[in-house]
Amino acid sequence: MVVSTYSENKTTEETSEKMGANKGSKKSLAYQTKDLNLWYGTDHALKNINLDINEREVTAIIGPSGCGKSTFIKTLNRMVELIPVVKISGDILYRERSILDKSYKVEDLRTNVGMVFQKPNPFPKSIYENIAYGPKIHGIRNKKVLDEIVEKSLRGAAIWDEVKDRLNENAYGLSGGQQQRLCIARCLAIEPDVILMDEPTSALDPISTLKVEQLVQELKKDYSIIIVTHNMQQAARISDKTAFFLNGEVVEYDDTNKIFSTPSDQRTEDYITGRFG
Amino acid sequence: MKYVDTTQVQKKMSSRLLTNRIAKTLFLLATLFGLLVLVVLIYRVVAQSLGWIDFDFLNNRLSTNAERAGIKGAIMGTLWLMLVVAPVTLILGVGTAIYLEEYAKKGRLQAFIQMNISNLAGVPSIVFGILGLTIFVRGLNLGAVVLAGGFTMALLVLPVVVVASQEAIRAVPQFLREASYGMGATKWQTIKNVVLPAALPGILTGVILALSRAIGETAPLVVIGIPAFIIPLPEGLLDKFTVMPLQIYYWTIDSALVDEYANLAAATIVVLLLVLFIMNSIAVLIRNKFQRRF
Repeated sequence: MVVSTYSENKTTEETSEKMGANKGSKKSLAYQTKDLNLWYGTDHALKNINLDINEREVTAIIGPSGCGKSTFIKTLNRMVELIPVVKISGDILYRERSILDKSYKVEDLRTNVGMVFQKPNPFPKSIYENIAYGPKIHGIRNKKVLDEIVEKSLRGAAIWDEVKDRLNENAYGLSGGQQQRLCIARCLAIEPDVILMDEPTSALDPISTLKVEQLVQELKKDYSIIIVTHNMQQAARISDKTAFFLNGEVVEYDDTNKIFSTPSDQRTEDYITGRFG
Repeated sequence: MKYVDTTQVQKKMSSRLLTNRIAKTLFLLATLFGLLVLVVLIYRVVAQSLGWIDFDFLNNRLSTNAERAGIKGAIMGTLWLMLVVAPVTLILGVGTAIYLEEYAKKGRLQAFIQMNISNLAGVPSIVFGILGLTIFVRGLNLGAVVLAGGFTMALLVLPVVVVASQEAIRAVPQFLREASYGMGATKWQTIKNVVLPAALPGILTGVILALSRAIGETAPLVVIGIPAFIIPLPEGLLDKFTVMPLQIYYWTIDSALVDEYANLAAATIVVLLLVLFIMNSIAVLIRNKFQRRF
């Protein structure tokens, strides 16, 4: 299994290298965390996380349940602050600016950094209203502009053809897989720079999962994607870099190829070969 | 060796089944008792009101002459009262609920406010009447007018609306808020566009139930001094007024003097019960229609 995904991944890696070469520029960093520590009350959930995350790549976060991977990704758009007892130390730089700085408005950050959640969470509104929600809260009122955004976003999330004739129907009438792609489209509608995905396929069937994975491959041309996944094969299939979390620490962070073929830490190898987790 | 002895089980079987049957009968009787009281009550009232409820009764003003007396004044008074109670409770009640659920930090202050709202819900209505008399009727020197009565009633039912709205807001799934925050929405945008629309059915149900309580309340209005007998119809917030339950109260007292007043009271009770029944039905309808959408 590991071998086959490795070769698959190699091709994508080569293409992305070529693309990078065509642009003739080195990728800059989307995110940088520096000695990031996080506590839930007295529970030390993230320990000294130092990660540099490239733009326009897929960075996968893997690890067993409770290792802090969801906490980590929710820290990147400060969603973790919805939990009242959270304490953070260290620093997180988004595009070289500290997001923990008081002057950084969290609304501003989340406009640049969209999020797709574990469980599809469309609003109980029409498909159209779901997509138009983001642009509307950012002050876009022009119906024509909104129409364009809705179509572009739905096309971007590869769901336009399935829903174009039922834009005014309630989003809850869609299947789970469609709902999740709708949520991705909703996220694209605010034209983010980074997309955070917190186990986006864990509630989906294999076919829907495949569609979302293909979508991620497509999206990384324009967006930086950080994806938490419970599924190691998924990380191997779709990501460029992988970080392995264990008990709140980053055990290993490297190119996905390297992690899945010649991991340098015994614990990483144990985890990806299914010895635990 | 088996622990469950089959012959012992057989021997005790009939007495176990008998106990079960006795329990069932007891609980059925307990249920029927409440129902029976209700049936007797409605039968008595309806029997006494027969022939007294007609268009004239609904459309005539109050009169000492039982044949000509009507409850248009009481109906109008009730409507005017609701015109004050509904917006005041809606704004204050939902506002309080939003603050406590969405904005307030979960801490001592929040717990303290929460406890006091629950306590407020348990304060006897007559005490609210005294409050209304002190603040609105005398303090603000409004007199026993619609506005004073409305404010007093609004305070009385406010805890009900707050608690119902809080529950409705709490029932809005967290993942909807996260979706909104995740796109850079502010708290208020999230509340306005996501939380309130989803909580609205629950809030409306609470408000309607609160209003139906306000419609039936008597004691606070007695205390603030609503007159026993008033012929002119209220035409504004600063007019004197009466309401249906008060009319029932005074007619019942005076039925010692004029026998027909008892019939008028019964007829008013029927009208009031109908109004309450309709309001509660609407509340149930709203609740059922919007139940479980997530």
